[in-house]
Amino acid sequence: MFNKQTLDAVRSLLLFQADDHLIIGHRNSEWTGLGPILEEDIAFSSIAQDKIGHALGLYTILNENLGEAEPDTLAFMRNESDFTSCQLVELPIGEYDFSLVRHLFFDIAALIRFEDLATSSFDPVAKLARKVKGEIKYHVFHANTFIKQLGHGSEESKARLQSAINQNFGLALGMFESFEGEKLLIDQGIYKGEAAIREAWLGELQAVLLEADLKMPDAGKVEPVYGGRKGFHTEYLQPLLDEMTEVFRVDPAAEW
Amino acid sequence: MKIKSLDPRVSRLELDVVDKQPDAVLHVQDHWATYQVFHQRKRGEKHSSVGIVHAPSAEMALVFAKEQYGRRGETVNMWIVNTRDVLAMDYDDYDVFATTPDKMYRDPAGYKVNDKIAEFKKSNLHV
Repeated sequence: MFNKQTLDAVRSLLLFQADDHLIIGHRNSEWTGLGPILEEDIAFSSIAQDKIGHALGLYTILNENLGEAEPDTLAFMRNESDFTSCQLVELPIGEYDFSLVRHLFFDIAALIRFEDLATSSFDPVAKLARKVKGEIKYHVFHANTFIKQLGHGSEESKARLQSAINQNFGLALGMFESFEGEKLLIDQGIYKGEAAIREAWLGELQAVLLEADLKMPDAGKVEPVYGGRKGFHTEYLQPLLDEMTEVFRVDPAAEW
Repeated sequence: MKIKSLDPRVSRLELDVVDKQPDAVLHVQDHWATYQVFHQRKRGEKHSSVGIVHAPSAEMALVFAKEQYGRRGETVNMWIVNTRDVLAMDYDDYDVFATTPDKMYRDPAGYKVNDKIAEFKKSNLHV
């Protein structure tokens, strides 16, 4: 039903979202066993697991409906420059303030993206988006509640959050870098486009920060950090891929 | 000297090895309340007490309870109650219940009615 150019564009759209989820899922799983308290360790680890699940769902559609390789091959056998994830997700976990703020930035966007995909005319994607709706709703609830709690916590918690927000805002805006074929998808009504997603994201984020008594950076004055969607990454992605694929590379044909 | 751990995540933190940990100081925020968690499996069924979580607020308790007590099987709803709001009896007062097990007449199993039911069914056979 779609022509080749359109399918290529759909492929790009799903691939960068799958890559985003895989990389942030892996990063957030690094907190397992190191979380600030037991209950949060379990919650954050579950969210990380969900992200890997969402990545798998997207890779599976790429494989079954769009002729890409097997999900394991896509996840574990590609080079760094083949990954179209944004740079925000590949940064090391840092301290908990950074990881929480990244979680907030990412999940508000993920919710908006999946809500959009739920009404997509590309059926497999719409089905997946509807299936994971509740999981992402919890992820956002988790992020919002933490940010509100700490925004109204101590002077230190508030200052840490605010500086994590300010310092990483350009990276967050980098999530909305345009990709190849995007215009084609917008013209055909398949996808509302990165600029529209970014607008919705700014609105949602502002509402949460207001409730948390934190300041919203001025998006017009911050330079977005682009490059990820075109395969340009920071020095942090390759070591992550090395670690993530270490076991797989020992025996790629192993049955799990 | 940096801590070298078998866990690469710990090694990456490049923490200094210290001979003696400074005395841990607990602040007010380190003493969190406990919240009782009540879990409902299906709509219409009762909420059952399943355990507690530590949290700084009821909303945070709900965030944690979702993963501690709702991560397996079916769940439709949860209640969170601050333990402080639970009025509990004193265990020393257990004697108010001491004679209860003897009061068989309060127990449905204490009545022998099967004969009467059988008789009733028989008498209604031809109605």
